[in-house]
Amino acid sequence: MKPSPFTMHRPTTLDEALELLRAYGAKGKVIAGGQSLVPVLNMRLAAPEHLIDITALTGLDGISVAEGSVEVGALVTHRRLERSPEARAAQPLLRAALGCVAHPAIRNRGTTVGSLAHADPNGEMPAILALTGGWVTARGDSGERRIGWEDFNVGPLETSLEPHELLTSATFPALAPGQRGGFKELTRRTGDYALAGVGMILTIENETMTGLRASFVSVTDMPVVVDLGEAVAGVPVAAADSAAPAVAAAVEACVDPVGDIHATADYRRRLAGVLAGRLLEELAQPPAGSAQPRDSLAPAEGAA
Amino acid sequence: MTTRMFGQKVARREDPRLVTGNGRYLDDLGAGALAAAFVRSPHAHADIVDIDVSGAIDVEGVIAVWTHEDLPGQAAERLPMLLPHPSIVAPMTGFALAKDHVNFVGEPIAMVIAEDRYVAEDAAGRIEVDYEFLPPVVGVRQARAAERTVHECAPDNVAAHYVQEVGEAPASIDAAAHVLELELDIERSACMPMEGKGVLAQWNTDDESLLVHSSTQTSTGLRAALAAKLEVPLTKVEVIAPDVGGAFGVKINHPWPEELAVACAARALRVPVKWTEDRREHFISSAHERAQVQHVRVGFDDDGRILGLDVKFWHDNGAYLPYGVIVPLNTSTHVMGPYAVPAYRCEYWSLYTNTVIVTPYRGAGRAHAVFMMERTMDAIADRLGLDRAEVRLNNFVREFPHPMGVVMQDGAEGCIDSGDFVTSMAKLKALVGWDEFREYRERARAEGRRVGLGIGCYIESTGAGPYEGGHIEVETSGRVNVWTGLTTQGQAHATVFAQIVADELGVPMEDVHVITGDTRKMPYSVGTWGSRGGVMAGNALHLTAKKVKAKALRIAAEALEASPEDLEIVDGMVGVKGDPSSAMPLAAVSVLSNPLRYAFDESAKAATQFARPAKMDAPPVAPGDEPGLDEQDFFSPMRSTVANGMHAAIVEIDPETADISVLRYCVVHDCGPMINPMVVEGQVHGGVAQGIGGALYERMAYDSDGQLLNASFMDFLMPFASEVPTVETDHLESPSPLNPLGIKGAGEAGTIPTAAVIASAIEDAEGFEIRQMPLDPSTLWELRRHSANGEIDRLRRSAQQTDGPAANETTRTSA
Repeated sequence: MKPSPFTMHRPTTLDEALELLRAYGAKGKVIAGGQSLVPVLNMRLAAPEHLIDITALTGLDGISVAEGSVEVGALVTHRRLERSPEARAAQPLLRAALGCVAHPAIRNRGTTVGSLAHADPNGEMPAILALTGGWVTARGDSGERRIGWEDFNVGPLETSLEPHELLTSATFPALAPGQRGGFKELTRRTGDYALAGVGMILTIENETMTGLRASFVSVTDMPVVVDLGEAVAGVPVAAADSAAPAVAAAVEACVDPVGDIHATADYRRRLAGVLAGRLLEELAQPPAGSAQPRDSLAPAEGAA
Repeated sequence: MTTRMFGQKVARREDPRLVTGNGRYLDDLGAGALAAAFVRSPHAHADIVDIDVSGAIDVEGVIAVWTHEDLPGQAAERLPMLLPHPSIVAPMTGFALAKDHVNFVGEPIAMVIAEDRYVAEDAAGRIEVDYEFLPPVVGVRQARAAERTVHECAPDNVAAHYVQEVGEAPASIDAAAHVLELELDIERSACMPMEGKGVLAQWNTDDESLLVHSSTQTSTGLRAALAAKLEVPLTKVEVIAPDVGGAFGVKINHPWPEELAVACAARALRVPVKWTEDRREHFISSAHERAQVQHVRVGFDDDGRILGLDVKFWHDNGAYLPYGVIVPLNTSTHVMGPYAVPAYRCEYWSLYTNTVIVTPYRGAGRAHAVFMMERTMDAIADRLGLDRAEVRLNNFVREFPHPMGVVMQDGAEGCIDSGDFVTSMAKLKALVGWDEFREYRERARAEGRRVGLGIGCYIESTGAGPYEGGHIEVETSGRVNVWTGLTTQGQAHATVFAQIVADELGVPMEDVHVITGDTRKMPYSVGTWGSRGGVMAGNALHLTAKKVKAKALRIAAEALEASPEDLEIVDGMVGVKGDPSSAMPLAAVSVLSNPLRYAFDESAKAATQFARPAKMDAPPVAPGDEPGLDEQDFFSPMRSTVANGMHAAIVEIDPETADISVLRYCVVHDCGPMINPMVVEGQVHGGVAQGIGGALYERMAYDSDGQLLNASFMDFLMPFASEVPTVETDHLESPSPLNPLGIKGAGEAGTIPTAAVIASAIEDAEGFEIRQMPLDPSTLWELRRHSANGEIDRLRRSAQQTDGPAANETTRTSA
């Protein structure tokens, strides 16, 4: 469990980093928090000849909430984003899902943008980027480009990022007025990868549900956003529980998970449906005495 | 009067050092030593056609590359079969480095010695091995079918076959009013200590001797094995166990292939060589446990009293059998548990498979036995419509000693020496609220919640012989040095042995210093396993302390001109009972005990030949006496003590997702008088945590090719603190007549019944038969579907309930 030999580079400017990527990108890997990459290196599942450590770069550690979205710099840790009140206010899904990302010790080091670049279908954040209709921003040879979530993930653990490109940020659009967002997953142990997870955005107009979309963790091999609007359209919020079975059925009809050593495919499918139904019911609960977008599904402060 | 330390909740003295990062584990030792890495088989069953090491030899920093042909003499022969037993029909062990053939994924084939571990692993990756594939045997059922074989010497894959009988079980069952049969399944798990195995071997060229540090449970065992395999005199080998980060059984087998290969390399290269096992190696090349398929046939009367019990089981022992049949043998001898079974027959087959070897894991076969018996007890209760606790009460042994009629792992006939099962059951029922549960269940059901109550009882043979020793020396400073030969891997030996010695010697605990696992001081010892440390070394040290005390009183009596019978030692002062003014420090007695020629400090000055009154009529050390307050003694019992306990748990299961939560976990435990109740409870808590792992989380997921699919902590799920319930404990202290302190072992108790208890609770909640462990949400959810399809029998008691839980309660069909 020792990695193969590699050369470590530690650029201090973006230009320097991009130059290193041009030179070594095809045989190298960018490392920020290293929470997924280092175990892969130690088990020799990958043997990049160069590691380009971007943690000394400046200007990539910002969280900016403006123009109806949350932009997250490449060096922002999960934990910082999870605890940002501004990000939470604009897009409560962030905090709700980040609270489910592994353990606090891992969230203290791991970066949200790094997790997106890793593109693990078991990861929470690619699903949230998709659900919110977000995008990432990359810098490379041809300058800066913005890649929408649907063009970014091209397969499990695979993105459309070019070897010479560096992700500099990810942008999560905020909830619109009348929208509520929540996330729910079931893990074997606290902090494990989910057996299944579901994120949802529910749209409510005049106390009536008018829209519902969802994305999934550990259920689909790439992020997908499923429109479940039909199952709730026209149903009063107060009667959301009556729509839950239809939502569950719609989810089960449209996902096709695979079985593995932790769960059978049928179980995963049903679990995704159950979680979706329950999440709908929770989202339909009246917001608890505050005008803030609700995120009562997020764990309490400091909870793992 | 000094407070008696025995029985006090003394805080563990080792913790401040260990939790502040000051432990010295194997990998902390040997700075500058060369590092070893191993090439391991990626295939479960294959012939080795060729090994090409040329790519590795040229790697900068590589010192040596060894394959089997580089092993000298005895080291090239098969590893020892440590525990021969009459039931073993086809003994087979592996080599330190594979010879021509590999039998499991992870088997070591070549060893690279390099300047550091990184280089060693780089070079190991360049060694190319050509294989001719053979079909692997994976799992009990495939081994039993014997369409494929692991070893030629065992064409039916049977390594061992054994029958033990008490009375005429088949006939008794045939004559019984009721008969039940059960087919049960337990999966593999493993010990998974925080620290893996590891060895540091240093060859001293000056005196041709070998010093080995090993993360081991038996330094004396490893010493003897290495001396034999390296063909050097025993006196030229010493083994020290440094701080060991947990073991739970996996460090009892010896020598490990790596220990032997590394020791040979250190001798050949004349430099220190170290190997520290990494986690992947631990998964695929140390040892696992637990997999069995079991068949039970039981006959009983209208009260659920067992009249005859006939069990057969098939035990997966992995690719080799270096540690013999301890695991299946323990299973076979513990099935009857705390129950008076008038007729018992047990037949087992221990089977070779192309998987990692199986050696004891905390409980060592006993958890399997308890699973068998307790599933049977619940089945009897359900068949008769009786309360599960009542059926157990109707079967309990009530008179002690109770001879069991079976031969145990120590070769002696088993005998339950002490206990009070009826009282223990009453305590457990009170603790968990047994009689109030029905009402709780109704309330929960009204809220749409599904809960269940489970129970499990067990006995455990503990404190096995043949012997263990103690050595105590009182320095002239008053410091009391205590040695015992068995090793420590987290058991609080430095605390509990000091309590025992402090009591007997009458000294403050702070003056007592405990050292374990060093063959240089204690060459005669057995090791730490089978809940024996406290019983064996505890009693040995108690006896040794008595000898030291007797000598101290004799010497002090002479100095104080009193009779030894009139003296006592209190707080380190020896004096006439009830007369503190007469007392002298034990340190001074130590000075007097050793007449000196040379004065090198103040206390030595007091002991020189001119300082003491000349006794012209006797030599300075009388015939038959020895200098120093320095004694050794050994304890060797007639047979193992038998501890016992009972657990109960309440679980809640999600009606839709089948997610299982343990709401309460209660333990009533009887290990006799407790040396330190806090340590006993810690042992129980840790044991329950491992038991919860085995019940709900852990399994070794082998595929049909013999590849272990979950060989990392990402996919092999050990419970975190967040998954382990708060353990509520109560104790019964029924003393054992088998040793001076009356104590019984406690180390494995928490683990043994846990899977059975959780199975019992899940069955109670779900209303259909649970016959396998572990259970996870997905597996349980699939079982619900099978139950709904009528493929699994529903419990009679829940079939009678019209509002009982339905399978996968949902508002629509999920299948």
